[in-house]
Amino acid sequence: MMRALLSWMRGNPAAGLSLVFLTALFTLALMAPVIAPYSPTAQDANNTLSDPSLAHLLGTDDLGRDELSRLIHGAPATLYASVLAVTVASILGIPVGLLAGFLGGWVDDAISRVIDTLLSFPAIVLAIGVTGALGIGLTNGMIAVGIVFSPQLARLVRAQTLVVKQELYVDAARCFGASVWRIIPRHIMPNAIQPVIVQVTLLLAVALLAEASLSFLGLGVQPPQPSWGAMLARAYNYMEIAPGQMYPPGIAILLTALAFNTLGEALREALDPTSRRRNMPSMTGIK
Amino acid sequence: MNNKGQMIGRRLLQIAPVIVLATFVVFGLLQLVPGDIAVTLAGENATDARIVQIRQTYGLDQPFLVQYGHWLWNAAHLDLSRSYLSNEPVLDQILHRFPTTLLIVAVALLISLIIGVPLGIVAATRPGSRLDTVVTSFASLGVALPNFWLAMILVATFALTWNIFPATGAVAFGKDPAKALLHAALPAFALAAGGIAEVARQLRSALIEILSSQYVRTLHAKGLSPTAILWKHGLKNVSVTLLTVVGLLINRLLGATVVVEAVFAIPGMGSLIVHAAIHKDFPVVQGVVLAMVVVVICMNLLIDMLYAILDPRVGRT
Repeated sequence: MMRALLSWMRGNPAAGLSLVFLTALFTLALMAPVIAPYSPTAQDANNTLSDPSLAHLLGTDDLGRDELSRLIHGAPATLYASVLAVTVASILGIPVGLLAGFLGGWVDDAISRVIDTLLSFPAIVLAIGVTGALGIGLTNGMIAVGIVFSPQLARLVRAQTLVVKQELYVDAARCFGASVWRIIPRHIMPNAIQPVIVQVTLLLAVALLAEASLSFLGLGVQPPQPSWGAMLARAYNYMEIAPGQMYPPGIAILLTALAFNTLGEALREALDPTSRRRNMPSMTGIK
Repeated sequence: MNNKGQMIGRRLLQIAPVIVLATFVVFGLLQLVPGDIAVTLAGENATDARIVQIRQTYGLDQPFLVQYGHWLWNAAHLDLSRSYLSNEPVLDQILHRFPTTLLIVAVALLISLIIGVPLGIVAATRPGSRLDTVVTSFASLGVALPNFWLAMILVATFALTWNIFPATGAVAFGKDPAKALLHAALPAFALAAGGIAEVARQLRSALIEILSSQYVRTLHAKGLSPTAILWKHGLKNVSVTLLTVVGLLINRLLGATVVVEAVFAIPGMGSLIVHAAIHKDFPVVQGVVLAMVVVVICMNLLIDMLYAILDPRVGRT
């Protein structure tokens, strides 16, 4: 297992690096209070908007809070947000896609129309609308993003189910009298799931960017809790005095999204080595 | 041609339910509000009489479907109700702000295509080369780049340090086109980074697939020059992919512009919906979402019609 992983990482160094980066980031997020040199909310009125120094490696923000500590403490919020959004999208999207693909007929028609409709909405705009309705806050914001992403997964799962449903072993199961509720989880799901895993990894990056956007707009994480998007919003307010403040959180967002994307692409290759399909699944774009 | 006419007619029929469903989703947003909307709207310390009054003014005491029917009827007559906050008609606010947003999106789309298409072609004709690697890497970077962060970097560099572009605001295109474009330039560039990357990536993979297909091999065998193959056969076939990408990009740019507008303090649709969402001004939120989705659906329809014109296979079956 370990050896297989190592050899895969040697074959695809970019993906290997991404995996190492993400593992480190998750560890960092879990251990944030231990690793961070200061409390993320400890203010120092005599030392605001300071440049990087030995005491504050990334400087301090407008309230004299240590930027590095806020960056580290922002990691859990950011990762929680991405994972939450993608979990919501999976819980909603995967069963719906399975049902539409498997049942076919008018159920499929109806569900497909709804999916088409939902995909016509610019994702972040709909997410802002849903957040506005549910109430502002990180959890609500990411539930909104999850709802908005779910049709992407539903469409993918539906297409995949349509293929798997034709397989002989599904027919066989049906001949043995297996019910829909047995066939879907036992036979369809395991064989339709691979592209979904890829898509989920790519969606983590999109969700991360969505969280950053919503928090930047003031619809996500609320002060004083740190998140990378919220840090950028503060940095924006002090851009003329301290332009350096916007780089650490921005780079953190960029690298994490890049790592999720690289890992997703690598998974696509690894899970589907024979495929010559080069066309991407739908653009998963909201930022 | 007759078949194409039929195809377009069929598409027109097909989008009717999509538009109706979209309005249902937009109206349904209200149902997500936890608790009683009237109480939320009345604010703290409101009297019961005031709550009842609000409930009646906005028709909140009626069943959901009645409310929806009423709202849809008004929306179909271009009445999107009034803002809870300013009491201005929502449609006026949208008509006032949408041109600014559309200009930015249009410029961003243009930049994405002007830069993205050549990059995609260059990379696809030399797959595996150093140039291809550079293009693909930049494309990966562009997709992962938070565009509002890029917008901040652009402001810091080109507006605050070098003073080439204005840092904030917008000018109406009708009033002064040159100034309007100058204001739209930085936001459009910030938006276009992702667009360029997406266009280059999709075009590259589609073109590689076409160039490695059987009929292209035949063309090589009969002695056609690679340039002729690329221009006469490759790009013609890839134009359909390009159309699809443009359709998805419009949707995506309309969303992303909301965040980028905030960086430039542009009085567009973005600031409208964000302000409304924070202050629970639901008619405005619904109006903006509705306007955006209608634009996307119409653009998709337009693109479908272009498919029918560009691709002789569409509408033949």
